[in-house]
Amino acid sequence: MYSSYQSKRMTTREKILEAVLKNQPAATALPDITMFKGDSAGLVERYMAIFATIGGAVHLVENLEEVKELLAKNFDSSRRIVTTLPELAGMAELISVAVDPHRYEDIELAIIRGDFCVAENGAVWLTEDLMGQRIIPYICQHLAVIINAEAVVPTLHEAYDRIGTGDFGFSGFIGGPSKTADIEQALVLGAHGPLTMTVFIMK
Amino acid sequence: MKQTKTKDHASLAEAFIKDEERVDWHDGALWFIRQKRDIASKQIPEWEQLREAASTIKSNVISNLHDYLLQFEANLTRNGVTVHWAADADEHNAIVYSILKAKEITQMVKSKSMLTEECQLNEYLEERGIEVINSDLGEYIQQIDKEPPSHIVLPCIHKRKEEIGELFHEHLGTEKGMSDPTQLTRVARKHLRNVFLTRRGALTGVNFAVAETGEYVVCTNEGNADMGAHLSEVQIASMGLEKLIPQKKHLSIFLRLLARSATGQPITIYSSHYKKPRPGQEMHLILVDAGRTRQLGRVDFRDSLKCIKCGSCMNTCPVYRKSGGLSYHNTISGPIGAILAPNLDMKKHADLPYASTLCGSCSNVCPVKINIHGQLYKWRQEIVKEGYAANTKALGMKAMAWTLSSPGNFTSAGNAGRWFMHNIPFVVNNRFNPWYKQRDMPEGPKESFAAWYARNEKKE
Repeated sequence: MYSSYQSKRMTTREKILEAVLKNQPAATALPDITMFKGDSAGLVERYMAIFATIGGAVHLVENLEEVKELLAKNFDSSRRIVTTLPELAGMAELISVAVDPHRYEDIELAIIRGDFCVAENGAVWLTEDLMGQRIIPYICQHLAVIINAEAVVPTLHEAYDRIGTGDFGFSGFIGGPSKTADIEQALVLGAHGPLTMTVFIMK
Repeated sequence: MKQTKTKDHASLAEAFIKDEERVDWHDGALWFIRQKRDIASKQIPEWEQLREAASTIKSNVISNLHDYLLQFEANLTRNGVTVHWAADADEHNAIVYSILKAKEITQMVKSKSMLTEECQLNEYLEERGIEVINSDLGEYIQQIDKEPPSHIVLPCIHKRKEEIGELFHEHLGTEKGMSDPTQLTRVARKHLRNVFLTRRGALTGVNFAVAETGEYVVCTNEGNADMGAHLSEVQIASMGLEKLIPQKKHLSIFLRLLARSATGQPITIYSSHYKKPRPGQEMHLILVDAGRTRQLGRVDFRDSLKCIKCGSCMNTCPVYRKSGGLSYHNTISGPIGAILAPNLDMKKHADLPYASTLCGSCSNVCPVKINIHGQLYKWRQEIVKEGYAANTKALGMKAMAWTLSSPGNFTSAGNAGRWFMHNIPFVVNNRFNPWYKQRDMPEGPKESFAAWYARNEKKE
């Protein structure tokens, strides 16, 4: 398919690699970064405080029943709600991996589980299996994520320790509702992704 | 694009500063972001150690780039991503075009990528019948105004909301006079959502590329990169060679620094790790040189390749804040742009290293500790040596060299200067003296320090 420039590509590749080898300075070592660690006290409280400052809503809950009640109170149940949690099948449609992602364009609310979250910045770590489909946490108007209270880490250092080299086709941190300040630095929540993000910390 | 390339920084800045109210507002808006960066960084006690670690990691990348590129390429291939190499902008653009053409794609959505701005990809594709829409709100606004971004993080920071309202009225049919940022953002959200849903091709930039795993990370606040990528059949990522980092755990260092340095946020809303195409999707990654290997060979300037494009050097720079990004006539403006641009074309960008007071504020905020002001100073020497300095600067430097070369010359030049300023001030207070523009000349002292010292020493 790319045969027209296949041979040229090879020469460009070789030319670039040759120039890099010729011009790069003598090798220097990587630093030790193991001393970077955060404080592990009061993680849930710290997470909740920071997540609120970045425009998110956060609730400490006992069980899924409480999650259901809060969602029913805060969101329009007449609209399309999707989830990856079989326990919520009564109030939401289960996300299918086989469906064309464009078919999710009209979802009002997506309810998914997060792997863990980070106290220093409010971000939630999501892998594609937890999203149901990659597009879900970005295309929904409102996003709700459920996380176990034990799964709060202090900083990104502990976060990447936990992730390891993790073999996920797609994964990412999401830290709040989408936002922009491109017009005169005025903060607007809801740029292209969700207008709101709610995190439920389950005890 | 509006043609701004024929004039130098000083004349473009002169046009920008004519509107004093706008300059004050622009200056204040950027300083506010600099202050947010200060607040965020001071909440991290180990901030300085993080900067040091980031700088050391990037030194390691620069000094082992050859092997990291090979490792990254091998891992991308294993992950099912097609790897392309481009020597320059033309080759990069031709690769993007051929990927789209093979799939008969005629419309593409793009998230923020300074590299593709640098390559003028949109113009290249449009000439070949492919429509490109920039989906970052600021870049979208700049695109409909046919202007390049003026800041790498805040593309339309120089525009007033009323001007944006007028553009939306013209291009998106909003009510005339509408200028509320929330209302305007909602209109763009609706319009661009339809774009995301109908584009089969999506292109993103790359913030960090991990050699160890073959994945790349894209950071946005708006969610536009993900909306484009996850709805596309063909996903393309364009990256400069210098975006590599060795290991995944190093992301912890860079993601802690990036958003805090850029806007004072603890992390961007989205930090997306792309590794493999989803079933039925094609993923391509283009590794672009475009002058980077040349810069790697410049001993004094190679550290500029450590840049993670946070924009903090722009927000803090007194010259940038008062002259606006477009006056730098280069894709990357501000202090970092002024040390990257002369590598691309020394003659064309000979003016940029002079667009600085060398105050050093840029180096102090840089999250990867690039000695930006040191490099600006070095570029000036390089530019004079290569004969690219503007005539007035070269003449001025020669006159200065003569004046400072002997105490006799210095004394007579000082005497002459004071005499002119006292007796015939219009000789210096006129439009032929560039220093006099927007300034009054100071009142000349009655005598030189040497004369004062000699007189007072005698008294004792």
